[in-house]
Amino acid sequence: MIEIIVSLFILLGALFMLLGSVAIIRLPDTYTRVNAATKASTLGVIGTMVAVFLYFLFAKDILSGKILLTIIFVFMTAPISGLMIARSAFHNGVPFWDKNKHNDLKVHLEKKQKVNQNS
Amino acid sequence: MFEAALIVALIIMSVSVFLCFIRVVIGPSVSDRVVALDLIGIHLIGIVGMLMILHESLYYVEVVLVLGILAFIGTIALSKFIEGGVVIDRDHR
Repeated sequence: MIEIIVSLFILLGALFMLLGSVAIIRLPDTYTRVNAATKASTLGVIGTMVAVFLYFLFAKDILSGKILLTIIFVFMTAPISGLMIARSAFHNGVPFWDKNKHNDLKVHLEKKQKVNQNS
Repeated sequence: MFEAALIVALIIMSVSVFLCFIRVVIGPSVSDRVVALDLIGIHLIGIVGMLMILHESLYYVEVVLVLGILAFIGTIALSKFIEGGVVIDRDHR
């Protein structure tokens, strides 16, 4: 019984990982790729590690805190790394997709620069 | 049946790592390559998790933790490097 649940979690996680990788090939822009990498693949790895935790808890009677720590760590750090990559790409001048219409960070930076010049 | 599911999941994850590797090779800018390398690190965590169930041992838990920490630190360091700044700074632009 527990093996069916574990294999369900495993296959779900693996499919989400494949979804993230296909997105990183197919999407047109660096920023959209960052979006795909930090959401789909994080969900995939969380599903896989939840499966590992459940397997060792119910089939082997071992409660491993390190696996839970891994889940929490990946869950916390993946959005931060995505934010850092997107910010550095923006400051480095990586071009947007040509169908992009909205750029909030540029407007904010110009407003901030104007305030700094006036003061 | 259970091992078949594990092996299918391992094959799917290997294909995902290969797709990320294609993006590492053809990526037009450095940021694309950094994103793809970060994704390879995250997928390696899943692969080692599968190996933990296949070998029925808990000795790979430290490997998983260190892989997660290394992927995070490497991504932060590379993104700060291509931005052209120091790794730990006080005034963010």
